[in-house]
Amino acid sequence: MSDTRIVQIFILPTVILLICMNIFPLIYSLFLSFTRFSVISDAPPEWVGLANYQAILTDPRFWNNFAITGRYALVSVALQTIIGFGLAMLLRTKFKGSGILTTLILVPMMLSPIVVAVFWKLIFNPSAGIFNYLLGFTNINTSPEWLGQTDLALWAVVIVDVWMWSPFVMLLALAGLSAIPDYLYEAAAIDRASAWFQFRRITLPQVMPLLLIAVLFRTIEAFKQFDLVMGLTGGGPGDATETVSIRLYKLAFQGQYDTGMSSALAYVILVIIIAVSNLYIRQLNKARG
Amino acid sequence: MSDVRLSNITKTFGDINALDDISLEIKDGEFFVLLGPTGAGKTTTLRIIAGLEKPEAGEISFDGEVVNALQPADRDVAFVFQQYSLYPNMSVYDNLAFPLRSPLRKTPEPEVRQRVTAAAEKLRISHLLDRKTARLSGGEMQRVSIGRAIVREPRIFLMDEPLSNLDAKLRESLRVELKHLQKTHGSTTLFVTHDQIEALTMADRIAVLDAGHLLQVGTPTDIYDHPATTVVAQLVGTPRINLLPAQAADGQIQVTESSLRVPLNGGRASGEVMLGIRPEDVRLGSGGRFEGSVILTETLGVETLVHLRCGGQALVSVVAGAAPYGVNSTVHFDIAPDRLHVFGAGGVRVN
Repeated sequence: MSDTRIVQIFILPTVILLICMNIFPLIYSLFLSFTRFSVISDAPPEWVGLANYQAILTDPRFWNNFAITGRYALVSVALQTIIGFGLAMLLRTKFKGSGILTTLILVPMMLSPIVVAVFWKLIFNPSAGIFNYLLGFTNINTSPEWLGQTDLALWAVVIVDVWMWSPFVMLLALAGLSAIPDYLYEAAAIDRASAWFQFRRITLPQVMPLLLIAVLFRTIEAFKQFDLVMGLTGGGPGDATETVSIRLYKLAFQGQYDTGMSSALAYVILVIIIAVSNLYIRQLNKARG
Repeated sequence: MSDVRLSNITKTFGDINALDDISLEIKDGEFFVLLGPTGAGKTTTLRIIAGLEKPEAGEISFDGEVVNALQPADRDVAFVFQQYSLYPNMSVYDNLAFPLRSPLRKTPEPEVRQRVTAAAEKLRISHLLDRKTARLSGGEMQRVSIGRAIVREPRIFLMDEPLSNLDAKLRESLRVELKHLQKTHGSTTLFVTHDQIEALTMADRIAVLDAGHLLQVGTPTDIYDHPATTVVAQLVGTPRINLLPAQAADGQIQVTESSLRVPLNGGRASGEVMLGIRPEDVRLGSGGRFEGSVILTETLGVETLVHLRCGGQALVSVVAGAAPYGVNSTVHFDIAPDRLHVFGAGGVRVN
């Protein structure tokens, strides 16, 4: 047996698995997105052209889903970046117990999102939860109902997401900060650079590539956000926290099981994520110089 | 430019005594070299002068003014680091302009431009001004970091092995340029190196450090011709000095296990000593008083190193040009009697 044949035999199982689990569903769902089809009906897919896409792009409820997702991603990622980077700056110089503190701060991101959602539901509970108590609301009748009020529910999800994922940004920022050599700061000190100047001209540009990677990861995750929202609010109250992926889930696996429409929505989300990622990657390449 | 004085500087890192009671004076306009092996405390001395480290004891003064309490920015020194230390993501021009644009002493932009252009011309990096520093070669980077030091007029230039990361050819040419630059500017420069050739060729005066102790301060000729200790003698000069264990008695020195016997010129010594003979002072010739056999010859072109065995001792001699000696052949040699180095107890020079 020739070497190339042996190589092919070793690669074959992976390729078959990839085709069955990834490539075929990808192409098949693209096809389904141009059809009217439901997995629970016996009717074969019926070709409808761009009708599904047209329906998605003209329906105000879908636009609302996108607006919620966008607002959620923007606020959540911005807060995570600021808090994560701030924590990294604080933990940058070693002090007694800083190792343990760093590990403790990382605990939230190691938890399962569903577990996080379940116990934050308890924390947000208006009558028994500790969140309102810590904020100073002790009267049940006037205290805010974080997960039940349309104007607060999205903020509640943002708070949990920030709590869970700021440590991730911190971890990457910390890695970036520790890679900056001391002699750059020493040279700057001798060159009489102010602290702000040092931060802007040395710290920030040096951390930027890793910070952008953190932001890229978090933005993609925020656009796909499903489990945390599902566990906390299920998209409610009303559609106040109905992100596109929650909508996608409802469309695909509830009621009519509208597979054709949900495939189209999935492709719209994919295009948006690729577009946003490309913007970041372009910035990333620029930051690398 | 200023003169710099260190008085009784002591610095420890944990249990390690990095500098032990060091006193030095660097005169205005002098090219002063700190020479020593790795871990001698050279860089620590430099960092203490710059204010990047605080000494446990002792005083640093510039022009008689004590600067111990001053921050690096207020000491007005320029520092060239071994690792180039250029600001990434900035062009060469911005790197050179950086010390001038400091908010603590803002220079008008036309003057910045004029000074940067002048410095770039001196270092022959004018064509690189628009480049990002990440796209420079090692030699170019080091030129830029030297340029960042010369754009302003600091009280002293501190250079921490600036040439050691460069290849041999570049090191030689930059060595000449640096020396030239220092002489034309008349700048006070403290230059740290472990390379004795750099020290001998560039310095007005050299201070030799070892394990936190100051062993000797002097001109390159002083250091070479009258090394104060065996460590200094071994540190300076290639090929290395021959150090032979010997017995001194009645004004004569008898090298152990060999027929070598030379008069002790000046100084007093008795008992166990080390006799130091520079390779160029072991002179081969048919009329020589001593006899040895050739172990090995190394041809270097302009000169040849001849390794000799004389009784139980091995010696190296330098001969101009090619040497026609075969291995194991017997040769005669003389030793220049007025150029002997005799070291007594603790390796301290006695003659």
